[in-house]
Amino acid sequence: MTVTLAGLTLASPVLVAAGCGGTGRELAAYGDLTRLGGFVTRSITLDARPGGAMPRIVETPGGLVNAIGFHNPGLEQFLAIELPWLVRQGARVVVSIAGSTMGEYADLARRLGSAPGVSALEVNLSAPDATGPHVFDIREPFQAGGVVSAVRRDLPRGIPVLAKLRTDVFRVVETARTVVEAGADAVVIGNALPAALPDGRPGGLSGPAIRPLALRCLADTHAALPDVPLIASGGIGTVADVRAFLGAGAVAVQVGTALLHDPTTAHRLVTELEELPGEAS
Amino acid sequence: MSEVTPLHVTGTVLATRKVGAFHHLTVVAPGIAERFRPGTFVALSVGADGSDGGTVRLGRRSFWVHKVRPTGGHGLTLEIVVEEVGPGTRWLAGQPAGTRLAVTGPLGRPFSLPKEPVSCVLVGHGHAAAPLFPLAERLRERGCGVSLVVAGDDEAHLLSALEARRSARAVTVVTADGSVGLRGRVEDHLAGLLEQARADVVYAAGPTALLHAVAEAAEAIGAWSQTALEEPLVCATGLCHGCAVPVVGEDGAPRTARACVDGPVFRGDRVRWRDLQGVAR
Repeated sequence: MTVTLAGLTLASPVLVAAGCGGTGRELAAYGDLTRLGGFVTRSITLDARPGGAMPRIVETPGGLVNAIGFHNPGLEQFLAIELPWLVRQGARVVVSIAGSTMGEYADLARRLGSAPGVSALEVNLSAPDATGPHVFDIREPFQAGGVVSAVRRDLPRGIPVLAKLRTDVFRVVETARTVVEAGADAVVIGNALPAALPDGRPGGLSGPAIRPLALRCLADTHAALPDVPLIASGGIGTVADVRAFLGAGAVAVQVGTALLHDPTTAHRLVTELEELPGEAS
Repeated sequence: MSEVTPLHVTGTVLATRKVGAFHHLTVVAPGIAERFRPGTFVALSVGADGSDGGTVRLGRRSFWVHKVRPTGGHGLTLEIVVEEVGPGTRWLAGQPAGTRLAVTGPLGRPFSLPKEPVSCVLVGHGHAAAPLFPLAERLRERGCGVSLVVAGDDEAHLLSALEARRSARAVTVVTADGSVGLRGRVEDHLAGLLEQARADVVYAAGPTALLHAVAEAAEAIGAWSQTALEEPLVCATGLCHGCAVPVVGEDGAPRTARACVDGPVFRGDRVRWRDLQGVAR
């Protein structure tokens, strides 16, 4: 069941969400990465980040609160080791990027744009856990638009820019409109919701608990911007969930937190959609 | 690198036995027992059979494998040791035979085994002593001298001390309250025990403070140490980056590893113990 997204043909409408597929190798133990619509990497920053203090993830009813703190090896290591491995597997690679400044986003776009095997960039405009000096704090739509146009300017035309927004019901439509005007080819709705760990540190809430909010954000955005390709994310774990989001206007979906409960979820959804493509939800 | 591909299967609880403070669960999980190597572990779904997408309890619960043995008509089965420490483990301990669970494993890197028949001391505390029993068997098959130190807060929290005599040349029991064996903390007896056994390699599993003490005591006499960390794991499969362990790489540079895929067994001289213990939990 292939879908077309911003000029790319995806093997399935089911992608792996950023930060929920490890480096790719760990997920590959449970299924062939080429069967997925895409593998979105965890957010890569220019420099290596050791990540936040433990505990980084806490269970909550119907979800998880996480504060991973962008644990990643930095762009150099990613380009040298992780990306070539993913490309060798034949995975459709979408690289998620995060920066501390507008300039870092532009640098990331320029370097990744010339790396072989990058299908698209997903610009993380919605980190719920890291604010202040560590990550560019994109609170306002115009800031999100600024980052997207900086990325677009430094990226070859053939590589689509996906803008990943917050599941913020009040601002999502306005933000989506702004990033599309700034050059985003598709919009991902959306990231974990800003929340707190039990000790009060900032984190992001994800999982089935946020699914109704994500669906509302997606439906509102699709109603306002029917021509903009949307990718849904937020608590998706069953084939009924996938159909609900596709029915509300999404072109594709991302599976994230469900993989942390069952690492076979994404592959299972790919198979189930192929077996029963037309079944109503 | 010695990697075994993990499986994700639906397992069944075959039997539950209460021994002291612990519950020993025999689990049928096709294919996993066959791939087991001492030090690897399994992750279980709790609160439901895993097919609800984790809406009850999303995080997995990880357990050491205590025994692998053929059980009439079921092929090889796994025995895990459950200590009730929270709602997930309480649920698991209360499940009758026949309960179905999602089981993922074997996960992680196993203990490294020496090529020569050297003298090995195995130190385990509480339920975490579980992986040392199958390890002792493997070491004896290689002609290694095996001394086992089994420790616990009291007699009820000593794991299989009687059975230990079958798998080791010498067994030492240590309890905090002195109800059985030596009184006090293992740390207080370590130097003497390692000297007595003329240890070449020390294997340890238990609380972080004990592992740190083992790593230092081994280093002091020029022995290798292999420490099995028991960090809180959420996905247990390497996907979430939630189980950070500060380590020193082979190049001497500080790095952040993941307990679940880079461990759970680490060389004692590679872990930055002070950074690990400084972490709030």
